Amino acid sequence: MAKTAITPTRMVLNQLKGRLKTARRGHKLLKDKRDELMRQFMDVVKRNKELRGIVEKGLTEAFGSLQVASAIMSPEMMEQALLYPRQSVELDMTYQNIMSVNVPRYSFHTKNNDPSEIYPYGFAQTSGELDDALDKLARVFQDMLELAEVEKTMQLLAEEIEKTRRRVNALEYVMIPELEENIKYITMKLEENENSTKVRLLKVKEMVLQDAHHYKR
Amino acid sequence: MLKIAVIGGRETVMGFKALGLEACPAANAEEASQILRRLTRESEDYAIIYIEENLAAQLEREIDRFKDSPKPAIILIPGRDGSIGLGQNALRSAVERAVGTNILGD
Repeated sequence: MAKTAITPTRMVLNQLKGRLKTARRGHKLLKDKRDELMRQFMDVVKRNKELRGIVEKGLTEAFGSLQVASAIMSPEMMEQALLYPRQSVELDMTYQNIMSVNVPRYSFHTKNNDPSEIYPYGFAQTSGELDDALDKLARVFQDMLELAEVEKTMQLLAEEIEKTRRRVNALEYVMIPELEENIKYITMKLEENENSTKVRLLKVKEMVLQDAHHYKR
Repeated sequence: MLKIAVIGGRETVMGFKALGLEACPAANAEEASQILRRLTRESEDYAIIYIEENLAAQLEREIDRFKDSPKPAIILIPGRDGSIGLGQNALRSAVERAVGTNILGD
């Protein structure tokens, strides 16, 4: 590493030592954070995978039923039956803090609590297949909501892990080695100075002695 | 109070409308991207936006913009013709981003 303009003095040495200590502590903390994030992330990923499977299967089934219904009923009838929804969903969002990452938690409530209220039409002119399709859709919707929550959590955690990982690596492979290198450089420089001072003193002492007593070794 | 929207083909969206979600039918990707832009502009209101996979395939860049913000969550759902695996992609890319490599082994 290039030693860019560090003055080899004791003061700088002390400063660098302080920084190294902080860097080491930060590195340890960030590493722990990364590990814990990773653990949480793996749980979320697993859950996400499960839910994806459930939702995709459920939706495919529901759409299949819908397709059957639309084959039986005329498109206009279908449109008309579903034109005005009787149900409406309201969503509440709170945040949960996972290792300083704010992830959303959804809770939803429907305006009508009666489960049969999802059918916005009279039963006289529509086919049973449509009821079936809507029923399936309503059931899969619960999982879809959780999927949204889990998937968002996963993305946010992934971002945070990426950031943390970079920081850990930067500290481990750049900051800390550089500081160590600089500290070594200063210590060596200081020792060198000390040595040369000592030698100079010896030399001076010799000269002085020779001057005073015509002393010769 | 937050809302949930579904963007997709006319038939896909219809069923969700009955459930009380906001249905936004889009015939093609261009329309879908316009709707997406509109929904995210007034984004105070939409917490979740479900998008049909085959439309989302061409909107990747716009969907990626919201990856790092807690709201809205944009979730891909399979269309009428079944899953084309894009939803799984989101999972894979998140794992790759976090770990640096795909450790799921698929």
